[in-house]
Amino acid sequence: MAKVLVVTSGKGGVGKTTSTAALGAALAQGGQSVVVIDFDVGLRNLDLVMGAERRVVFDLINVVQGVAKLPQALIRDKRLENLWLLPASQTRDKDALTDEGVGRVIAELRSRFDWILCDSPAGIERGATLAMRYADEAVIVTNPEVSSVRDSDRIIGMLDSKTVRAERGERVEKHVLITRYDPARAARGEMLNIDDILEILATPLLGIIPESQDVLKASNVGTPVTLNNAESAPARAYIDAARRLMGEQVAMTVPAERKGFMNRLLGRRAA
Amino acid sequence: MSMNLLRLFSGRNASAPVARERLQILLAHERGLLGQSDLLATLREEILAVVSKHVVLDPDKVMVKLERGKTVSTLEVDIEVPNNFDKKAPTEKRMAG
Repeated sequence: MAKVLVVTSGKGGVGKTTSTAALGAALAQGGQSVVVIDFDVGLRNLDLVMGAERRVVFDLINVVQGVAKLPQALIRDKRLENLWLLPASQTRDKDALTDEGVGRVIAELRSRFDWILCDSPAGIERGATLAMRYADEAVIVTNPEVSSVRDSDRIIGMLDSKTVRAERGERVEKHVLITRYDPARAARGEMLNIDDILEILATPLLGIIPESQDVLKASNVGTPVTLNNAESAPARAYIDAARRLMGEQVAMTVPAERKGFMNRLLGRRAA
Repeated sequence: MSMNLLRLFSGRNASAPVARERLQILLAHERGLLGQSDLLATLREEILAVVSKHVVLDPDKVMVKLERGKTVSTLEVDIEVPNNFDKKAPTEKRMAG
């Protein structure tokens, strides 16, 4: 049965789009059929992170308004045949999205895909509430930093009250994904550690993505980090998180950079 | 524990315990406030209406709070009633009759 998963955070810049692309690609690499939807109307970026920015013809709002049919707007990934993108509109504003219209599109996608990943815009306005509206599950992307944790707490409250599931008295299954984590700084007490964050948010952990240069490298070239270098530390962390979403039991670790032989010999950081 | 004590015990660079304490205090407060919206506002209104049928109340003295916990949440209803609460206001009686 299809699952609708919202990737959300409240705060901007914590890694929602990076995580949507990486989790979407990792699920597709695991054999699932996946569509990632950009809900950030006017500030779309999922197309850019996925490397599909020059292939956008129709978008979510065109489909919601009946200007285009769903198959016309869906863009198939060039690397994975079971990964698709439904881009946001760059020219319209968020008021063009309606609850009923989004519901219709999600219902149609449910019959075609195993996973529907909704990349939420930052904030708590219309775009963010519509991105979470039809979710069965939620990934709350959180940085180990006070403002991000506070905003995550606020979003958790909204997932428990403003979603269709919440209104029906059902639960949205929530997971915290901690990104930009630096285990060394956390060990020195310079950064909130995993237990602190989980205790404060009272929500189970999906994965820990270490701070890494590979994330920027992947977005520079428009490739989800799990496809760009599957052996990199963040890629391994995202692949583990995706396996947990598929119901596998995977031991929770913070993947570390693997140093090459020459780098280790010379005592250099792995590039 | 105060923030200064936390700093003292956890070394000069350990700012994370301060972050944790600040967040815990802030969120305990905000969860109470934000809970007031929507559902809690409705609950508060309806509870006020039901109790007001039988007791004279100051609407400002009805507090409804929701605290989210790890496994269960608690709904706290705090209604302050005057000492002569069992006497209904005569004006309301006339209106009802």
